[in-house]
Amino acid sequence: MQVTMTVNGEKVTRDVEPRLLLVHFVRDVLGLTGTHWGCDTSNCGTCVLWMDGEPVKSCTVLTPMAGGREIRTVEDLERDGELDPIQQGFINEHGLQCGFCTPAMMITCRDLLDHNPDPSNDEIREAISGQICRCTGYENIVRATRWAADHPATEEVTA
Amino acid sequence: MTAVEEAPADPVGFGRMHRKEDARFVRGQGNYVDDIVLPGMLHGAILRSSYAHARINGIDTSAAEAHPKVKAVITGKTLEGLGLAWAPSLSHDVIAILATDKVRFQGQEVAFVVAEDRYSARDALELIEVDYEPLPVLVDARKALDAGATVIRDDIEGKSDNHIFDWESGNKEETDAVFAKADVVVTQDMLYPRVHPAPMETCGQIADMNKVTGKLTIYCTSQAPHAHRTIYALVAGLPEHQIRVISPDIGGGFGNKVGIYPGYVLTVVGSIVTGKPVKWTEDRSENLMSTSFARDYHMHGEIAATSDGRILALRTKTLADHGAFNNTAQPTKYPAGFFHIFTGSYDLEAAHCEVTGVYTNKAPGGVAYACSFRVTEAAYLVERLVDCLAGELKIDPAELRLKNFIKPEQFPYTCKTGWEYDSGDYPRAMRLAMDMAGYEDLRKEQAEKRERGELMGIGISFFTETVGAGPRKHMDILGLGMADGAELRVHPTGKAVVRISVQTQGQGHETTFAQIVAEELGLPVADIDVVHGDTDNTPFGLGTYGSRSTPVSGAAVAIATRRVRDKAKLIAATMLEVSPDDLEWEKGKWFVKGDPSTAKTIQEIALAAHGPMELPEGVEGHLDGSCVYDPPNLTYPFGAYICVVDVDSQTGHVQVRRFIAVDDCGPRINPMIVEGQVHGGLADGVGMALMQVIAFDEDGNCLGGSFMDYLLPTSIECPSWELGETVTPSPHHPLGVKGVGESATVGSPAAVVNAVLDAIGVRHADMPLTPAHVWRAMQGNPLRTDLAIE
Repeated sequence: MQVTMTVNGEKVTRDVEPRLLLVHFVRDVLGLTGTHWGCDTSNCGTCVLWMDGEPVKSCTVLTPMAGGREIRTVEDLERDGELDPIQQGFINEHGLQCGFCTPAMMITCRDLLDHNPDPSNDEIREAISGQICRCTGYENIVRATRWAADHPATEEVTA
Repeated sequence: MTAVEEAPADPVGFGRMHRKEDARFVRGQGNYVDDIVLPGMLHGAILRSSYAHARINGIDTSAAEAHPKVKAVITGKTLEGLGLAWAPSLSHDVIAILATDKVRFQGQEVAFVVAEDRYSARDALELIEVDYEPLPVLVDARKALDAGATVIRDDIEGKSDNHIFDWESGNKEETDAVFAKADVVVTQDMLYPRVHPAPMETCGQIADMNKVTGKLTIYCTSQAPHAHRTIYALVAGLPEHQIRVISPDIGGGFGNKVGIYPGYVLTVVGSIVTGKPVKWTEDRSENLMSTSFARDYHMHGEIAATSDGRILALRTKTLADHGAFNNTAQPTKYPAGFFHIFTGSYDLEAAHCEVTGVYTNKAPGGVAYACSFRVTEAAYLVERLVDCLAGELKIDPAELRLKNFIKPEQFPYTCKTGWEYDSGDYPRAMRLAMDMAGYEDLRKEQAEKRERGELMGIGISFFTETVGAGPRKHMDILGLGMADGAELRVHPTGKAVVRISVQTQGQGHETTFAQIVAEELGLPVADIDVVHGDTDNTPFGLGTYGSRSTPVSGAAVAIATRRVRDKAKLIAATMLEVSPDDLEWEKGKWFVKGDPSTAKTIQEIALAAHGPMELPEGVEGHLDGSCVYDPPNLTYPFGAYICVVDVDSQTGHVQVRRFIAVDDCGPRINPMIVEGQVHGGLADGVGMALMQVIAFDEDGNCLGGSFMDYLLPTSIECPSWELGETVTPSPHHPLGVKGVGESATVGSPAAVVNAVLDAIGVRHADMPLTPAHVWRAMQGNPLRTDLAIE
């Protein structure tokens, strides 16, 4: 079936099987491989992207369900050659090691800051509690998010 | 001493600095195996056994073959024709690539479908009919050697039981004699249950056989690309120079990505059969159910001491569950890995260790998950036993440890099972951890809470690891010695490339190894490219696991760089028209002794090395150097960990309130990266102690086959880690550094368990200490955590 959606600001139309998971559509059909596939049970959260401004686990979305919606992925975090503060925070505070959970973690943390610009450490931990990182023990992800909270971009980042 | 977050500088050499690799990762531009798309690429999927033990009477693939998008269906019969149905394991056994006679664990590989896309390959699996005849199932290792137990490995000629090996270390008679005279002997059975490393990226591979050139290019989630290539050459008879193994970015390994899995071999067969590149990516259930598990050690431990708390001896009899095939990845001479370092951090009179390995109807593997070749089990055993002894003698567990540590002046110290500990200052690390924790205040708080009926626990673990395998005369895998190469080339303009054999899975090698070159040669880190993960472009070596990258390859890079520096000296002497003996080195330049104004920078020297200047007799042009490093000994990092928990007396729920970790891994090349490694390992420890287990029911069904059932720690279970460090250099490593990648995973589980048991006042209960299990332990009725059998 034919599906049309907006991905990172561009309208895309593709023929897909109705059962195609959005994570596989984004990765395999569009080639946006920053969104990852880490489990089959929506537990790991490496596939988080924005759908109509809400972070969703894209392994739980069938591609046709994203029809007419706005999708935004990690590839769209950097704007005009400027890293989003959450990206800079992850670098500065060593919030990543293997990098596999990182894109989705950054999206969740960015989304938290968009709604709560000055979160406590507990609020950050709660925000990322639906996602798994095997490398960092989470501490530096919390610090990275705090760094981004303390260094907001001059230009408002819209989700 | 705590981890103060300083703004990272940009050191020329060692120091805190941001990672070179992060620029791509934060942009979603990491390049993992499943991200790679080759022209014409096909997709593979594996049909797996639903039974844990069953004879295969027949496989009907006709419907699958008729699927319009299916290009090939491969079964054990196909492989038998190629001589590939069975392959040598890493431990002198064989493994089935695809089952021919019978399946031996749930999730075993039975057939492989190659199709035009991922989903069609999966569809076709549903069309394959397998005629299984179920057999009795053995999942309880403790019954594996019973008379009449079902024989799992009847493929081995003459095999009539499930016994794999008996192995021992230390002196039995001496140990028994010390036990006989001891005032106190404490005995405890304990299980280190089966767990799985579960990196966020599952395993996968693309094989691309070019029939014209004969070259096989493999993209694999491998921690050890060179070992993979050589094994393909040895096993499949493919010419080694015609195989190229590329490990691109790896989404975590933790030991899960050391071995060669049937799925990898099947992509190669699939590519040969179809003439197209074939990709196979595991799903999570495949990863958890079939690839290398870890632990599964049933340990009977004994500790002997005097009544005033001097530890005299340790001994253990341990049953090792290796699953259906013995496929542990470990040095050949050590079937139980380095488990015999269960002597821990204590000055003993005697020690003896016996391990028996058995087959069960469970997935094969046995060494994985940041365990440093079974040091994890060893550290857990000794640190639990010491706590049991402290309870028996009513001595504070910190005091008992301090009383029995190997003293700083005793190093190098040869333990009773033969390891030569290179260096250590255990009391210093222990006291620092106690200071950071506020140990005495914690004990006071605990006493006050107990009065109020609140359950608070303080757990200590002091570990010593043996990492950086290893001296090649003692250590090999399938006959390949565990030495690693490094090559450094300085380009004419003074930029450099260093090529290494080890492969990062997130440890930050692109930064750390550049920092080693920078430290030794004075080039900016940004000017040094680190090439790894490609057998065509890197020197041979056995890869990254067992915390061996910095101990082995770090030394190789340091020595290769020093050779370049020595060569630069000869060239600088020619440039300055002086004798090399008259030159003095300061980071980045050679100059005439006492006259820094004469300095020739390494960049100037590099250009001269490539230029028209006539070089002295015996000095070849260009500026490069290499080294193959055969470590003279392993390195012995250590640490003092203190965990504070609160336990809900009504639900048994454990909250880790604080975790203090003092690590000593020698000098830290990049402290930020080291701290990150420790953080991750501590989370592993909390996970294993409280949540993670791959258990089985009596039919052999895997009860940890998805993240719904195999529970990994999240940000909620993990506290904010409190780190400290002491620095005791290794005397034999050129940089004084020791491995650290696995320290926290090795050291932390015992601290968490000791804390929980301290809180609830129970001598022992096995991991994972889930709320239900803690509650049961409090009722004096602990569960057996590895089986869903009462």
